[in-house]
Amino acid sequence: MTPHVLSGRSHRARERSLSVFLTTFIALGALVMVAPFLWLIVASTHPTRDIFTTPPNVLPGGHFWENLVTLFGSSGFADALRNSLIVSTVSTVLGVFICTAAGYAFAKFTFPGRNAMFVVIIASLALPSQVTLVPLFQMMVTFEWLNSYQSLILPSLAVPFGIFLMRQTMLSVPDELIQAARVDGAGEFRTFVQIVLPTVRPALAACSIFLFLGQWNDFVYPLVVLRTQDAYTVPVALASLQGVSSTDYGALLTGTLVSITPVLLLFLFLQRHFVAGLLAGSVKQ
Amino acid sequence: MTSTMTTTVTTTTRRRPSRRARAMLVPLAFLAPVLVLFVGFKAYPVLYALYLSFTTNEGGQQTFAGLDNYIRLASDPLFRIALKNTLQILVVQVPIMLVLAMLLAVAFNSMLLKGRGLLRVSYFVPIVMGLVAYGVLFSALLNYDNGFVNYLLTSVGLPRISWLADPFWAKVSIILALTWHYIGVNAVIYLAQLQSIPQELYEAAAVDGANRRKQFWHVTLPGLRPAIVLTVVLSTIGTLQLFDEPYVLTNGGPNNATLTIGLYLYQNAFQYFDFGYASAIGYALTLIVVVIAVGQGFVLRRRQP
Repeated sequence: MTPHVLSGRSHRARERSLSVFLTTFIALGALVMVAPFLWLIVASTHPTRDIFTTPPNVLPGGHFWENLVTLFGSSGFADALRNSLIVSTVSTVLGVFICTAAGYAFAKFTFPGRNAMFVVIIASLALPSQVTLVPLFQMMVTFEWLNSYQSLILPSLAVPFGIFLMRQTMLSVPDELIQAARVDGAGEFRTFVQIVLPTVRPALAACSIFLFLGQWNDFVYPLVVLRTQDAYTVPVALASLQGVSSTDYGALLTGTLVSITPVLLLFLFLQRHFVAGLLAGSVKQ
Repeated sequence: MTSTMTTTVTTTTRRRPSRRARAMLVPLAFLAPVLVLFVGFKAYPVLYALYLSFTTNEGGQQTFAGLDNYIRLASDPLFRIALKNTLQILVVQVPIMLVLAMLLAVAFNSMLLKGRGLLRVSYFVPIVMGLVAYGVLFSALLNYDNGFVNYLLTSVGLPRISWLADPFWAKVSIILALTWHYIGVNAVIYLAQLQSIPQELYEAAAVDGANRRKQFWHVTLPGLRPAIVLTVVLSTIGTLQLFDEPYVLTNGGPNNATLTIGLYLYQNAFQYFDFGYASAIGYALTLIVVVIAVGQGFVLRRRQP
């Protein structure tokens, strides 16, 4: 009896020390992962001359407001922020809707060529995106769409991963639900919007984050089709700030912080859905 | 009476094909926006690039050049260097990242880990960092003279490292940056799969006397297979197309040590404006991606018990 109790207690003690060890170890790794963000926050509160000091400043300074004023005052950063917000929001709303509609068609209807079309769309993932840069650039020149919102929005709506994610999710929507809506006399479009969409909300959130992130952070393609400063998006504007000879690092790092803030907030609010959506979509047996 | 009959007949004959057409029309209507955009902004550019890869620029005109670009590619020393660099980064970075991601997922799945929600977000959050922000931040952190990383090294008595200017360390920097950026996403994919492994399998294994390590090898690892296939193939495609990290951190240097195929393609298109050759590089890269990804999918699936 006594040995049994003892071994139970020592077992629990071992579990606890294992738990402390594991948590400490993983937490140290987590610190390494977030350290660049912390450094960025601290650096954006210092003037350039105080950023690269030895030893480095680890406490926030009082220069954040001045950096922000320099950033928005000089370089058309406000325009860039507005452009990025408009382009990313419109792309996300439209893109999520059409990817979801396509996922629905692929998952819940049978029609000739269905599998072939789906395979072609997924196979396009194997193509490096740089391949389409030149033809797209020439296309935008022909349409006279350089520096326009549509040049950024239209090519980024039909996202293969989004279509894949939504199709996988739609597979798990019960057919009976859709049939019942049809029997009740709802049209196909109403069935989709009012019955099907509400059942796939987590995947919609995941798809939204994915599309927003992709458009917000896209750099090389916008760099190619945006030729004037007032059309720049945030990444292009940041890169142009970095390019100048007398880089104001305080303002540049503050701009970097501003550039990640919207996606960081969106991500932190929706990350549970993002995980759930990835779970539903990507790892089906 | 007769007229009613005829109308009924015509409507039924008209309705039968129209019903079948309708069955086609509904899914096509849902697909239409994606199809139009995909054809216009993906399929057309891709095929146009294929055409470009058989042309060369002569006096401002794209003229047909047959296989010239591909022949040139086969004996281009820079392309060979880019291919070698890309494969080196691939075989080191992908296994390291995926093994770490898997261990991380096992830890996230363990009741022994405290504060799981917060820790999981910490590993996952680098995914929000875009290319430019990433470049600005890491160039500053890895700066030789006054970067934060070298400050930490010297403060524990280690020598400074020339992170971005030494051929070996430049590759290491890129591997570290890639791992930092993508480990969390892969861990979450593994975690999702881990949570779908039925608890009864572990209980049965424990009854059979399997310890934790045996349970990992005989229950966890086979259960993770679909996620392993997915992450291996996706990471391989991503790393073969590697462009962002060398573009913002090293611009391919020093001395082409971090020149990747993706970067070489971009340089040919937008620094030398050799669209034909750039397109040929793109298609060569696509071929490499397809061969390796299909091969991996094949091997990983076939080993299924």
